[in-house]
Amino acid sequence: MAPRSIQITACIAVSAFVFLPIIFVWREATHSTSFGSPEWSALRFTIKQAFFSAFLSVILAVPLARALARTEFRGRNLVVMLLGAPFILPVIVAVLGLIAVFGQNGVLNGILMFLGLGKISIYGFQGVLLAHVFFNLPLATRMLLFGWQSLPNERIRLGQSLGFGAWPRFRFIEFPMLCKIAPSAFAIIFVICLSSFAVALTLGGGPKSTTIELAIYQAIRFDFDFAAAALLGLMQLTLSMTAALTALSFAQNDVMGLGLDRPFVAVSRCLGESMLDFVVILFFVGFLFLPLLLLLVQGASGIWDLPGSVWSAALRSILIALGATGICLVVALPLATRVGELVATLGIAVSPLVLGTGLFLIVRPYVNPFDIAVIVTLCVNALMSLPFVLRILRPEVETTQRNFANLSEALRLGPWAKLRWVLLPRLKRPIGFAAGLTAALSMGDLGVIALFGVAEKATLPLKLYQLMGSYRMDEAASAAILLLCISVGLFWIFEKWGQWYA
Amino acid sequence: MLEISNLMATNRDFTLLVDLPPLEPAIYALIGPSGGGKSTLLALLAGFQKLSSGQILWSKRNISNDPPAKRPIAILFQENNLFPHLSVERNVALALTTQKNLSPQQKQTINNALDRVGLAKHAAKKPSALSGGQQSRAALARVLLQDKPILLLDEPFSALGPALKQDMLDLVSEIAAEKQTTVIMVTHDVLDAKRIAIKTIFMHTGFVEPPKETAALFSSPSELLSAYLGKT
Repeated sequence: MAPRSIQITACIAVSAFVFLPIIFVWREATHSTSFGSPEWSALRFTIKQAFFSAFLSVILAVPLARALARTEFRGRNLVVMLLGAPFILPVIVAVLGLIAVFGQNGVLNGILMFLGLGKISIYGFQGVLLAHVFFNLPLATRMLLFGWQSLPNERIRLGQSLGFGAWPRFRFIEFPMLCKIAPSAFAIIFVICLSSFAVALTLGGGPKSTTIELAIYQAIRFDFDFAAAALLGLMQLTLSMTAALTALSFAQNDVMGLGLDRPFVAVSRCLGESMLDFVVILFFVGFLFLPLLLLLVQGASGIWDLPGSVWSAALRSILIALGATGICLVVALPLATRVGELVATLGIAVSPLVLGTGLFLIVRPYVNPFDIAVIVTLCVNALMSLPFVLRILRPEVETTQRNFANLSEALRLGPWAKLRWVLLPRLKRPIGFAAGLTAALSMGDLGVIALFGVAEKATLPLKLYQLMGSYRMDEAASAAILLLCISVGLFWIFEKWGQWYA
Repeated sequence: MLEISNLMATNRDFTLLVDLPPLEPAIYALIGPSGGGKSTLLALLAGFQKLSSGQILWSKRNISNDPPAKRPIAILFQENNLFPHLSVERNVALALTTQKNLSPQQKQTINNALDRVGLAKHAAKKPSALSGGQQSRAALARVLLQDKPILLLDEPFSALGPALKQDMLDLVSEIAAEKQTTVIMVTHDVLDAKRIAIKTIFMHTGFVEPPKETAALFSSPSELLSAYLGKT
């Protein structure tokens, strides 16, 4: 790979970018005087919502994964593929979609009113849960679906041969598989939800439903109380580190003995069961797509009437996304080793808001933090994508190294020549995919920019949040469609580029 | 008596045609090249895969459309014959019931079967605590309790060492003789066939030759069979 000196520089740069802010947060936290009831309540709410979000996501994923595993229909592969889409879906876009369905003037409340039943509110605990389930149910479903697909074919046939009905089939074949996979799905989603910011910002709030991340934001933006923010930051850091380490020990690699790769034998189901599977799939596909569909209907026509400030925010976001993608890839290539991946994974354990607080504290004595919002956002976004990018790139880099090391040696290719003529051309496809992910993630990010951002330098997600805040919901819907199109568009362009001549 | 007549099935680009004379209760070896359809034939007989046409008769009754559990057939796969999370006793018990509680009678029956295969002492163990040979025996104990007149073996002993495999074959042979079972055994090993199979069915890509006396078949093999066996 790259010369050792470059690898080491990259490692040090990334570590410094993670650890320096933590040190500053630590120092500032010692100035804090109180650890009072608001902090406790934030801690309690954070754990509570993460627990129930993870629990609901996994429980609801069971019937969906089961139905998808057993039903063959046209478009099945499309549905399974789209279950991966929430990864690049901007949080705020999904939130707006959910509001269109479940909000004050949403479709559901319309129906409830028509039926003479009361209204439901999407704000607070239930709203946070709803949004988290929306994002994580597909993830849980994919994990469980993998479990179902890895059930040995012989075991299913043995069940048929012994005349298992629905209940013994569940008890003896499916339940043991779930016992292995569901806990790790739960753990992963729990960790993800612990550092939830954008969802809590838009649907939570108030003393009863504030996550620690949101409390950090409020301490800095509303109270200018950096000591309190730092203390909350330490709390978040401890919590997510502990949870992440616990989750790792949960993670199961054991895939229960693989079946011989025989053509799949459809499980014989009675008519009732097939109907039930069909209804389950239809229901969840509706749950996942209706919000976006409504948003599209509501917002698509208004895109061209959006004010100039939205367009300039969009342009700023695109530039940030491209910058973050560039930085991320440049850092990722030398880090594509085992140690590098470990270093980068540290970054994900530190939440964006904690990192942001630290950076804020570092630069405050020298510059106005609000002046450097764009560059900070860009760097933090790059760092947050780094673990995913390395996950994609590292195996490919290692294979390429292994396959062409001797040939490159024989041709006496120097490190740069090797990069230019061997590595980059061979890695075009994974680089395209990784770049697409980074660009889309960065494009939709509403994290650290909320901490640093000011109205005249907003990114598109922040602008969207401001529109929501001032109840300009039609404009918000249009801006959300714009954001969605750009995010998906960036992903698509980079991915296609990677496949071009590759 | 098992009758397999004009049986046809299609798997993507592969069509299988099987027409055999009625099979009397005995042990039959099924040999032939990989991908020739041996496992497909067993899957068709066991009911895991649907026939395109033809029929399977048992004692003159058409069983072609019965679900697997309703057929007079038990099957052992190459692997995964036991549930790894259940004890040996529970695995065997599944042949009788899926209820949690076993009656004293059922316990006795299970114990007898385990005793028959030499595993009475290991009833409470999980399959992973058993050796490969013992796992095969446990699976065979379950087959005993399923008490079906036809037994299909899809190379269940192929991972065992020669001596263990011979033991298992002999055990199968004993049980089959006791119960008048019709056994169809897929194998790649001529020695397996010679050891316990009275007749051997040779299967090429897509169709079968009628069963012949095993000894006679191997002493004067056809051209196709010699090509498969690699003898001159």
